[in-house]
Amino acid sequence: MVPIAWYLILAAILFSIGVCAFLIRRNVITVFMSIELMLNGVNLTFVAFAHMWHRIDGQIFVFFVMVVAAAEAAVGLAIIIALFRVRQTLNVDQINLLKD
Amino acid sequence: MELALFIIFGLLAVAGALNLLLQRHPINSALSLIVVMMSLAVLYWSLGAEFLAAAQVIVYSGAIMVLFVFVIMLLNAGEEDTTPASKFSKTASIAGFPGAAAIFCLLAFVFLSDRSALGTTRAGGYLSNAVNNIVDISHTLFTSLLLPFEVTSILILVAILGAVVLARKEP
Repeated sequence: MVPIAWYLILAAILFSIGVCAFLIRRNVITVFMSIELMLNGVNLTFVAFAHMWHRIDGQIFVFFVMVVAAAEAAVGLAIIIALFRVRQTLNVDQINLLKD
Repeated sequence: MELALFIIFGLLAVAGALNLLLQRHPINSALSLIVVMMSLAVLYWSLGAEFLAAAQVIVYSGAIMVLFVFVIMLLNAGEEDTTPASKFSKTASIAGFPGAAAIFCLLAFVFLSDRSALGTTRAGGYLSNAVNNIVDISHTLFTSLLLPFEVTSILILVAILGAVVLARKEP
């Protein structure tokens, strides 16, 4: 059987790669996808602990995280579309003024 | 056998995440994120969360990532420029790799220092005496957590309205 620490280490790897991609990438859609990667890493941690403690609460939390991530992805992508219509760019370095 | 599943799909998830980090075009990053989510669904199944594995495939990779791919197609996002333009993003690019490595080392230290207390996984993941995983989840979700469940339905409704209002064409 697999030690639970290995699942947690894998989730930590996914989370750190998400943090790295969030800081390094310049395209705003890729930054959003790195946020989803971080959320997935956290979900794996929750499910691993739910298995370890023999309780269902971890999986319920993952359910709610998935729902909130879906809502946030929809609204965030709508904001990106609106931003692209005004700025005509997807580079986060060039979206640096609040007004045009 | 669980060890083989974990190693294969764990390596696939890490490879997909590294591919998201290193690819230039956002559509390649989106497709590798789909690979990460599918392999995470297999890992949830091996941890006894069958309903969550199905929800991960249907909701995350079947709806959210499809939304990402549609937006990439709609905005015609090309390969990104690699030169960081402002001073803050230069600092962030330099601090990105060591910062992520520092976070990973901290988390790995915390998880590995309690390695014996965590234990190993058990075969067949029934968490309680319920028949299957979805009975277990729904028993808690529809009795003691009914209010958060209904509140999330209002949250989804508000998200739909917000997305429609934000993304429509100005007349």
